[in-house]
This record gives sequence, structure tokens and C-alpha cells, in this order.
Amino acid sequence: MEFLTTLVNGLSLGGIYAMIALGYTMVYGIAKMLNFAHGDIIMVGGYMILLFLPINPIVAIIAAMIFCMILGIVVEKLAYKPLRGASPLAVLITAIGVSYLLQSIAQMAFGSAPKFITVAAKLGIDGKMLHIGGLSIGYSTIITLVCSIVVMIALSLFVKYTKTGRAMVAVSEDKGAAQLMGINVNSIIMITFAIGSVLAALASVFFLLKAPTMNPTFGSLPGIKAFTAAVIGGIGSIPGAMLGGILLGIVECFAQAVPAISPYTDAIEFSILIILLLVKPAGLLGKKRREKV
Amino acid sequence: MNKLKNIQWKNYINYIAIALVLVVFVALTLVGSVSASTTSLLEEMAIKIILAVSLSLVVGFLGELSLGHAGFMCVGAYIGGKVAAVLAAPLGNGILTLVIAIVVGAASAAICGFLVGLPALRLRGDYLAITTLAFGEIVRTIFMNTSENSFGGPVGLSTPRFDKKHFYIICLIMVLITLFVIQNLIRSKHGRAIEAIRDNEIAARATGINITNYKLLGFIMSAAFAGIAGVLYSYTKFNVSSQMFDYNYSIEILVIVVLGGMGSINGSIISAVAITFLNRYLANVLTGNLAVLKDLIYALILIFIVIYNNAPALKDFREKYNFQTLVAKLKRKKASKPDTDEAQVKEDA
Repeated sequence: MEFLTTLVNGLSLGGIYAMIALGYTMVYGIAKMLNFAHGDIIMVGGYMILLFLPINPIVAIIAAMIFCMILGIVVEKLAYKPLRGASPLAVLITAIGVSYLLQSIAQMAFGSAPKFITVAAKLGIDGKMLHIGGLSIGYSTIITLVCSIVVMIALSLFVKYTKTGRAMVAVSEDKGAAQLMGINVNSIIMITFAIGSVLAALASVFFLLKAPTMNPTFGSLPGIKAFTAAVIGGIGSIPGAMLGGILLGIVECFAQAVPAISPYTDAIEFSILIILLLVKPAGLLGKKRREKV
Repeated sequence: MNKLKNIQWKNYINYIAIALVLVVFVALTLVGSVSASTTSLLEEMAIKIILAVSLSLVVGFLGELSLGHAGFMCVGAYIGGKVAAVLAAPLGNGILTLVIAIVVGAASAAICGFLVGLPALRLRGDYLAITTLAFGEIVRTIFMNTSENSFGGPVGLSTPRFDKKHFYIICLIMVLITLFVIQNLIRSKHGRAIEAIRDNEIAARATGINITNYKLLGFIMSAAFAGIAGVLYSYTKFNVSSQMFDYNYSIEILVIVVLGGMGSINGSIISAVAITFLNRYLANVLTGNLAVLKDLIYALILIFIVIYNNAPALKDFREKYNFQTLVAKLKRKKASKPDTDEAQVKEDA
């Protein structure tokens, strides 16, 4: 029974990681950059929920998603767009700068002490458990799991069947050829950042359902873990990010369930990454690119 | 003959600058007018220079992105600090203990560098970056969960402090040693091979360069000096805590290297000094409620500099108004007849 509970918790945490990893992987696939500021979008989302929570939890969640979407687009336009065509390292450093910037702005606005953001209580699901034949799972876990599955399916369908989604795939395969086919690369990149940021805001809701605290550096660790998940799955691959995220979430929950190894949870997750990359250098579902002379 | 002299002076300018700083401060210390905050700033700058120069070897010359430099430093700080703490009783807290600690710290970091270098043979670019980042976090987590008797665990490792007032001298001497080793490596046949790998791996392999050996060499050397920086760091603090060495610290060093200019040792030195000074200055000026502004200003400066230096749209502007063209203009004004040969040599260097 304990095994099943841990598995469900792992799946739900994995769903959150997958959602963040999708942001990383889509941006990487399309703009070929590591968006180090992605984790901090989660943090901004959390604080936006804090601001709007007194009105209504649902309104707060939607407001956070909209704000993060705008923030993602603004960051892309101001910080990353001028560097298109510059060396990847320069873009990486700018992304790090944006990450510091968002953290320091949050620190100025909300202080460095953790803030309690009780979304679960406002939604009326705080501490409620669902009992299915001896198995008891929190409502918030189930909501997270269901929502993340819905989001992943919706995103897969969006990428596969809509014009914009297919344009995104085209840009990630070959930017130049996509441009020749009449795709507006700039707007596709903007849409990618917008989607990634909305997913990050949604992830922050689910983190708050798990534990209702938020501080200015909150986004760093989930950001890095989700990035790890994206690389495990094969960066640039959308199903890969989902697989990697869920795998990482399950590993994390099982590692934490065993007292002897629980302090080493992070080390175990990162070791899995290194070992996996040694065996499959392009990740689980990543495409292997042959280098041509 | 004259030209030859010019080039050689240029090669030694960074040794001379650091030796001058060393001499000036030793003289000032003898007079007794150097404050504790100045010596601690010097120590910090020296450690940052060692870190930046050693990371520059991997990022700037080998062309591999490493986000785990703090991990090597962490290994050096813990192992070297532990060795120093153990040896301080039988050998005394002197030069001998320090030298042994530095050697052991560098060696253990070098072993880690070898381990990280292995995946570097198969992975490239961003995959390697995340692997090095993962390595740094693994090292940190392991040291954080050690028992109190071995490495202090979450409390941190207590380390002996060398003669507090004069430790900066040792730090600066270590900077000179680092520069000597890394610069000579880069200027040797092996350094050329490393640069050839950066420029085109396949072409380098075709000319008979052993990619495996040189990649590992780059990682091992870089890690060893990061380990030395770690040992020095452990000596400047009473307590080494694993919290310090998270990936943000690695990124800080990477920022120094990138701002200094890829593949430029002198650039790394200047930017390490400038950024350490800026950090300290902002921390001193912005106190109390304004303290949060420090990170904000730092972040804005960082974004601005990177965009200014790299944005394709600003290329013409940069070429018109950069430091080198300004210097060249001034020189042209000074010299009655411009020596084109000399200008050519300068550009090549």
C-alpha cells in the first residue's frame, strides 16, 4: 500500500516537473537556448497568486498565468531577442542575469522571508484525503496529477494538429527552411515563451498545493531539476520532457521514502542523469545528431 | 629584435602587475597601514582570479561549457581543509601544513576533474553543461550529509586559519603559480592542441591530436587549480560550509570568465578583480534597506554588458567605439609615422 501511495505522489510530482521541463525543452528546441530564468518564472507565479489570493483563488491562478505569460514575452523581447544570432554562451549568461534580476525584484517587493500562500485552504481542499480501498491520497495530489495529464495531452494535440503547433515543430527542425515556408519565426518564438511561462505559473500553483510557502529563490531548485528532467528525456523532445519529468518525480518520491538514502535524494537524481547520459548521450528520446565534416 | 622584445613584455605583463600589487601591499603591511578589510578583499580577489583563470582553460580554450567549477572548489576546500585541520596538531599551523593541504586538495580535485572529463568525451555543449552542474550538486550534497566527525555535515568543517594578516601574500603567490602553469600550458604544444580541439574537433583529430588525452588534461588542470582555490578559501574562513558551493557560485565564476572575454587570461583576471571589487563596493555602500539593490544592480549590469558586447545589431557601433580602436587612434596621433608592422603584430596577439 505504501508503495502505491509513494507511486501516486511520485507521479504527481513528476507531472509538475514535466510541466516545467516542457517549458525548457520547447524553448531549447525552438530558440536553441537554455533559459535559466525559467525556474524564476515559477517563483513570480507564486507571488502573483499571493497578490490576488484575497479576491478569489481561481482568479488568482488565472491572473498568475496571464502575468507570467506577459513576463515571459517581455523577457524574451528585451533580453533574448537582441542576442539572436549571438553565441549561445552570451544568451546563457543573459538568461542568468534575468534570473538574478527576477529574484532581486521579488526580494525587493516581497522580502526574503518565506511567505505563506494558502491556495489549498482557499480552494477548500486543504488536508482532505481520498480513500480508495486502504489507499489514501490527498486531493491536491489528485488535482495535480489530473491537471498535468490534461495539460500534457492538450499540448501534444496542440503541437500535432494546430497550424501554430506545427509551425513550432518546423522552426525547431530547421529555422531557415521554416522561414522560407512563410513561418514568422519571431512570433513562433514569442508563442513558445508564452506557453512555457504559462506552464511554469501552473506548476507554481501545484507546488503551492504541496507546500504553501514561497521565497525569492524558490524557483532555482525545481528549475534545475526540471532542466535535468528535460535532458534525461532528450532536450528538444516534448514527449521526452514528459517522460523525464515523471521519471524524476517518481525517483525523488521513492528516494525520500527510504530514510537511509533520503538526504541524498538530489545526489541520486543527478547521478541518474550522469549515468544515463553516459549510456545514451542524447537522452532517452532525443534524436542523435551525426556530426558532418 | 625590437619587435621580439615587445611581444615578450606583453606575455609577462600580468605577472608583473600581480607582483607589483604584492610588493606594494607587502611594503604597506610593513609600514602597518593595510586594514583587515583590504587584506580580505585581496584574498577574495586572488581566489576569484585562480578560479576564473582555471575555468577559462576549460571554457575559453577547450571550448566546453562547465557549470560545476564550484564543485571542484568544494572538494579542494573540504579535503584540503580537513588535511590542514588534522595536520595542524602534529606539524603546526605553518607553511608545511599549508603546502601539504594544497597538494592534497589539488590532487583530490584533479581526480574529480578526471571523472567529469570522462563524460565530456561523449557529450558536448549543453549536455555537458548539465552534467557538470549535476556533478557540482552531487559533491555538495555528499559533503552536506557527512557525519560531524568527518567533514562536519550541515554544520560545516572547522578549518585552521593561517597567520590572518599575511595570508593574502600566499594567495597572491598562488595566483602567480597558477598563471605560470596555465599560461605556459596554453602557449605550449599541448595548449595549441587544446585550442585546435575548440576550433574544430574533427579537423584536430585529423591532424593527429589525441582528443581524449587533451580533453582530460584540460579538465584535470582546471579542476586542480579550482581545488587549490578551495584550499585557500578554507584557510580564509573558520568554517567551510557546503551551502557556499552551489551552482550559483559556479555561475558566478562563469560570468567572470565570459565578461573577461573568452580565451583571454588577462581578461579573466581583470574581470575577476572588477567584479569582486564591485560586489564588495556595492555591499559596503548599500546597507540596510538598500541592500537588496545590490543584486538588482549587479543583474542589470550583467545583462547590459552581455547585450552590448554580443548583440549582432550593435556590431558596427562596437567596432567604432571599442577600447582597442581608441587606443590605436591615440597611438596613431602620437606616432609621426605609423608602424604598420607593429600594429599587425599587436592584432595577431
